[in-house]
Amino acid sequence: MSEHALDHHHDDHAHHGPAKGIKRWLFATNHKDIGAMYLWFSFIMFLTGGALAMLIRAELMYPGLQLVDPNFFNQLTTTHGLIMVFGAVMPAFVGLANYMIPLMLGAPDMALPRLNNWSFWLLPAAFSMLIIAIIKSFLGIADAPNFGWTFYAPLSTKFGPASTDFFIFSVHMMGISSIMGAVNVIVTIFNLRAPGMTLMKMPLFVWTWLITAFLLIAVMPVLAGVVTMMLTDRHFGTSFFDAAGGGDPVLFQHVFWFFGHPEVYIMILPAFGIVSAIIPTFARKPLFGYASMVYATASIAFLSFVVWAHHMFTVGLPLAGNLFYMYMTMLIAVPTGVKVFNWVATMWRGAMTFEVPMLFSIAFVILFTIGGFSGLMLAITPVDQQYHDTYFVVAHFHYVLVSGAIFSIIAGVYYWLPKWTGRMYNEFWAKFHFWNSLLSVNLLFFPMHFVGLAGMPRRYSDYALQFADFNWWISIGGFWFGVSQLILLGILIQVCFRKKGAPVSDQVWEGAEGLEWTLPSPAPYHTFSTPPIVK
Amino acid sequence: MATKPTQYYVPDASPWPVITAAALFILFYGAASFIQQESGSGIVQNEGTYGKPMFMIGVLAVLAMMFFWFRDTIKESLAHKNSNQMDVSYRMGMLWFIFSEVMFFGAFFGALFYVRLLVIPWLGGAGEEAMTHELLWPSFQPMWPLEITPSGETTQAMPAWGLPLINTILLVTSSVTLTIAHHALINNERGKLKLNLFLTLVLGFSFLALQIEEYIHAYRDLGLTLGSGIYGSTFFMLTGFHGMHVTIGAIMLTVMFFRILKGHLTPSNHFAFEAAAWYWHFVDVVWIFLFICVYWL
Ligand code: HEM
Ligand SMILES: [Cu+2]
Repeated sequence: MSEHALDHHHDDHAHHGPAKGIKRWLFATNHKDIGAMYLWFSFIMFLTGGALAMLIRAELMYPGLQLVDPNFFNQLTTTHGLIMVFGAVMPAFVGLANYMIPLMLGAPDMALPRLNNWSFWLLPAAFSMLIIAIIKSFLGIADAPNFGWTFYAPLSTKFGPASTDFFIFSVHMMGISSIMGAVNVIVTIFNLRAPGMTLMKMPLFVWTWLITAFLLIAVMPVLAGVVTMMLTDRHFGTSFFDAAGGGDPVLFQHVFWFFGHPEVYIMILPAFGIVSAIIPTFARKPLFGYASMVYATASIAFLSFVVWAHHMFTVGLPLAGNLFYMYMTMLIAVPTGVKVFNWVATMWRGAMTFEVPMLFSIAFVILFTIGGFSGLMLAITPVDQQYHDTYFVVAHFHYVLVSGAIFSIIAGVYYWLPKWTGRMYNEFWAKFHFWNSLLSVNLLFFPMHFVGLAGMPRRYSDYALQFADFNWWISIGGFWFGVSQLILLGILIQVCFRKKGAPVSDQVWEGAEGLEWTLPSPAPYHTFSTPPIVK
Repeated sequence: MATKPTQYYVPDASPWPVITAAALFILFYGAASFIQQESGSGIVQNEGTYGKPMFMIGVLAVLAMMFFWFRDTIKESLAHKNSNQMDVSYRMGMLWFIFSEVMFFGAFFGALFYVRLLVIPWLGGAGEEAMTHELLWPSFQPMWPLEITPSGETTQAMPAWGLPLINTILLVTSSVTLTIAHHALINNERGKLKLNLFLTLVLGFSFLALQIEEYIHAYRDLGLTLGSGIYGSTFFMLTGFHGMHVTIGAIMLTVMFFRILKGHLTPSNHFAFEAAAWYWHFVDVVWIFLFICVYWL
């Protein structure tokens, strides 16, 4: 293996080491450099969005208004949601894809390296627009977007502040970035696999990303379409979302959720892939039901196109529509259940050890399942009429996104960090990070189920007195979770920048399988200049 | 690089992508400001004057970056740096990109169908939305094309069998001439290639000219504008985005024409031509759907 990996001896000038200084990052075409930039960008966005969440929880710690006025509160929730979805979770997965897919497939790099660079650098451009808006609002100059991350019309059309137009173009840039990134992933997977790496031999992380990339290419253009309609409704006199002109505000919701529901699967399928890589390693057993995992992922992706109106059970759809979307949504739980079953079956009678990536993965399986169950409750149309737009929904999607998607990303970072840097993180602090995250995330989100069932609506800066005690605990959980993530920051700084930590072997984890573990740790700047043969 | 089949080619680092991202930021930031400064909608008032120049600078910068980026790619192609594998990557990339464009049009077609099949009948009192009709616009008559909106705006519909039919013939013919050109390229018949590509361009630009003519007719004689209710919205957004894509396709084909005059693009190495041709066929197919769903039915 390493004779391939270290094969620098042919005369191609493109194969020297990294460029010097800032150019290495600005002009990067190396998948590892670009992957690292994505991951750091995502972490910075995670901390930024987290800071906004701390403000939200500080306001909600007590009933009444204490810190911010309601309009600014809405700007906080909107910007928090947008930053977390588009700035933290999605780029983190793209970063992992960039770093790991070529290593897992025995490819030298991503298929379209310059496009890759462009995809990345569009993100800071896009998010600076959003962040300029919220900073302006902090300074009292102008309002930031205040209509929620779902930006329903007419809140965002007739009543959107001036920053809405910047938000629209920011979404366009994120969209271009995601589409180009996804094209790159698909082409890499279809065209750059090492000889012998058949589709059904690919690691599940690659499979889930292949399907995610398909979803991205299918729905990001629809998001671009809906924000374009917003722009023309706002400034060019069209009436897409205006009933007076023959349009319909509900049309907005249809188009948005046609994008939005596949989008939530975009944020969870790669997580499935990560967990499916980690659990077999630490259970020391091959993944149970590999093929069924692939088919389950594909059916989830397919079904995700026909469930979008479960977000719209209260807008007055025809009865047949509500029923159709209810049954389809429940159907999605079947392949999801297949996955959970397979993870548990993989652990069953395995020789398990509980290193930090495994701890996060097990927490993922349990907590994601809780989120899946609350999703099933929400899928029941008559019941959702009660739950819709309450904290129960907030609890649902934070279970699947924070203790689901984000836990899987953290698990993946701990799992592959030794391969990236050649050094092991500090085990004590990592475990400390895990236990604090696990306890705080539940304190933060579990009580939200109760206040939601009791009728506390989401997206308000104030609430009725009977919710006060629960909200105090929720806020404590929030601050605790927020502070806990600084432990991760500390660990990463130690390993990546201060070069602390014990050197690791190529194999790193005893039970790990796959091409990436045949490479030296850290993996050299250029890997697989000549493809390995996969048997 | 000499391509030993087992050896991968990794292209050099390039300054263009990151500068393109910055240029796009300037373009979009300028566009948002510009639109707000010019907007008559009364939703926002923006007093500044920097929007237009910033937008213009952004457009120029993006065009310049495209020029440099493509120039580098063309140079590498002429130097035979591209392995077969990269050629396949480019092809796949282009096809998936076109798929994303299909979905973009899909959003607007979806809006059109939703409005025609559900919204207009509901506004007219059918189904569960009856109260909107009774309470807000009791005199509204459901119809398509929507010539009188609920709030009373009126317009006339664009008939299908005049200019749009001619345009359909132009575009379909251009797809045929382009296919002939493509075959000529593969068979190395350069004269036939140049002639048919030239014909394609003439047909394409004629289409665009007639489309402008049609818009003038709509605005001047029919009172059909972006502001005339949902019929005008869907009509102009669908045909407008289509026209924009035809323009892009025509520019790509023009570039191909001049590259062919310079002797670029050989039977064995002509990805750029194929990408442009696929793109052209794609806008052609979109037009056929437009003709049926927007103009005709
Ligand atoms: C078993 C699988 C799932 C089912 C049955 C399900 C069902 C639902 C339903 C019915 C709603 C709408 C609730 C309402 O607004 O009244 C909802 C909301 C939501 N779900 Fe799920 N879900 C599932 C999995 C997921 C996953 C995996 C994610 C993301 C990783 C996710 C993210 C969300 C988000 C973000 C919202 C709220 C959107 C908003 O209104 O802001 N869900 N889910
Ligand atoms: Cu959903």
